Amino acid sequence: MSALAGLPRPDDEKVPAPKEAGMTRRAMLFKLGLLFNGFVAAALTAPIVRYLLAPAIRGKKTGYESWLSLGSLEQFPPGQTRLATFRNPVVSSLDGETADIPCWVRNVDGHSFQVFAINCAHLGCPVRWFPQSNLFMCPCHGGAYYQDGSRASGPPERGLFQYSYKVEDGKLFIKAGEMPTPGRAANTAGGKSRCV
Amino acid sequence: MRVIERLGTWFDERLKLGTVLRETAGHPVPRETASWFYVFGSAALTVFLLQIVTGILLALIYVPSAGEAWNSLQLLNHTVPLGWFIRALHGWGSNFMLAIVLIHMVQVFLFGAYKFPRELTWIIGVFLLLVTLGMAFTGQVLRFDQDAYWGLGIGASIASRVPVVGPALVNLLLGGPIIAAATLSRFFALHVFLVPGLLIAFVGIHVLLVLKLGINEWPMPGRIVRKATYVREYQELTHKRGMAFVPYGVWKDLFFSGFILLAIAACALYFGPFGPGGQPDPTIIQTAPRPDFFFLWIYAVLSFLPPAAETPILLIGPIIAIVVLLALPFVAGEGEKSWRRRPIAVLTILVLAVAMGTLTHLGEHTPWSPVMNAWSSLPMPAKALQGRTALERRGALVFQAKQCRNCHSIGDAGGKRGPSLDDVALRLTDDQLIRQVIQGGGNMPAYGKNLSPAETTALVAFLKTLHPARQAPARDASRRVAFQTGGEESTSTQP
Repeated sequence: MSALAGLPRPDDEKVPAPKEAGMTRRAMLFKLGLLFNGFVAAALTAPIVRYLLAPAIRGKKTGYESWLSLGSLEQFPPGQTRLATFRNPVVSSLDGETADIPCWVRNVDGHSFQVFAINCAHLGCPVRWFPQSNLFMCPCHGGAYYQDGSRASGPPERGLFQYSYKVEDGKLFIKAGEMPTPGRAANTAGGKSRCV
Repeated sequence: MRVIERLGTWFDERLKLGTVLRETAGHPVPRETASWFYVFGSAALTVFLLQIVTGILLALIYVPSAGEAWNSLQLLNHTVPLGWFIRALHGWGSNFMLAIVLIHMVQVFLFGAYKFPRELTWIIGVFLLLVTLGMAFTGQVLRFDQDAYWGLGIGASIASRVPVVGPALVNLLLGGPIIAAATLSRFFALHVFLVPGLLIAFVGIHVLLVLKLGINEWPMPGRIVRKATYVREYQELTHKRGMAFVPYGVWKDLFFSGFILLAIAACALYFGPFGPGGQPDPTIIQTAPRPDFFFLWIYAVLSFLPPAAETPILLIGPIIAIVVLLALPFVAGEGEKSWRRRPIAVLTILVLAVAMGTLTHLGEHTPWSPVMNAWSSLPMPAKALQGRTALERRGALVFQAKQCRNCHSIGDAGGKRGPSLDDVALRLTDDQLIRQVIQGGGNMPAYGKNLSPAETTALVAFLKTLHPARQAPARDASRRVAFQTGGEESTSTQP
């Protein structure tokens, strides 16, 4: 290394900065240049941030949810709980099969229904219905729910999420469009069935 | 040779890099650091380079579209020549990289390398750990199968629990209302552009700091780090008794890195690529989603936390862990470096290793999950049925048909969610059995509405037979008193 010590170093070639006191024309132009770029950056930030926040803003303004049909009532015999699927209302051609969403439809007594989200209220795994023991069981962390969706055991803090439903022209409609999660529980019907 | 030399001179006159490179390579390091303990950092860097190369190769074929990603992975696995091997290299490279980063972190922690003046090196290292974990998680999403789909659901469910902004955060994470095309696209952008960018930047600063401050010297018990004297002492170690990193230290790094690359290739050849699992079709609900190996311990934690404490622990726990890691060099920036004189440090590592190992083991076996097909697929052991009455055998039928077996094992087969019932009759009396079946409790659902009185009678009659041959079942003491004072022992099934 000592052999290399004699070589010129880039640091030695520094251009001395002008040592004039106060605001020179060049110093002011430099600062104006910074300011100008700051303005341009701020102007560009607004559309970028808006673009990034688009998914959240849309959810707040118009909402993602809408009424959609699960098909005729005959598919859901009284006293039984059946799996139904629907195409998510907010969908793009790129979504493929991921936009097909399942849900559990319980025909309570031929007149009233309960439509449960497939997602466990704990962490969103798909719950399975066991008609023999009248329980929903979750394969992830062992949450279990009774047939009316209320919590039976395991880590979930609450019952299954429910979609609002209505019956029109012999068809079952639910209000859906957004993946139900624990934090969004307020938007989805709570423990009780809700008829609109 | 003269041509090469002249070419070299030509470039160096213009690039002016020769001096810097020669100084960097020849910088003196403390003699003892040419050790097999000091090879993990460079190995992590080597594996990262492998990940960059294989990642770019995969991007030649992979389609980051929710409708096509799974098909393009199948194409890579089965149609593109050696596509499976590149996928396997990338997948095993990811596992090796995380493992080496963790080992590297444990090593520098136990060797006190985070102390003055290398606090910032440690902090950047913590960022590197987080970014590497981020790469592993986002990479797992790009392997767009059932596990990835429902794993995103778990991520969204956790994000939604953040107070106030939770629901908006879910929409931002998923890029829309559900897990769909926008979700995969943004995880692709994270995994391929944003997080690797951060990783490269942090690696650059990390290596630069190691070069500027010098490698941590081998810790000797009793050699105390003091801010006033450390730099001078380190100078002495390197300049008086040190030696040039190239070639005295570097050969071990080279051998270890090469060995690790070989090991990754061997794993890739022998075990093949990871997945993809089932199609990411949410309507196929016959699935038990599980995260990749390095996240299994979190998966286990999530099933053991009590419901009320889960959200605060999930949201605050990681922040505390990161703050502790970042604060470490400021709390313990001076003092003893050798792990021989730092029992708490050694204990911390041991406790963490045992805890993580246990949780990972549990995550692999998921004893908390009901075995979804136990009721329909497991045979009842013969000894539980031999010599039993018709009622007791009917009870065994009820036991299987009502899916009790999904959570309770008999003869070591069945779910482990609830206690094994091989000797349940020793623990519970008739009345307690009836109460437990009908009302549930202690994390068991109540079956009162799902069992007819006849079924309950049969089930309890069967459960009463479940005890070791030479041990009498539990009996209610008050029953005997009632029996002696004239009443008949009742076997009523009424609660």
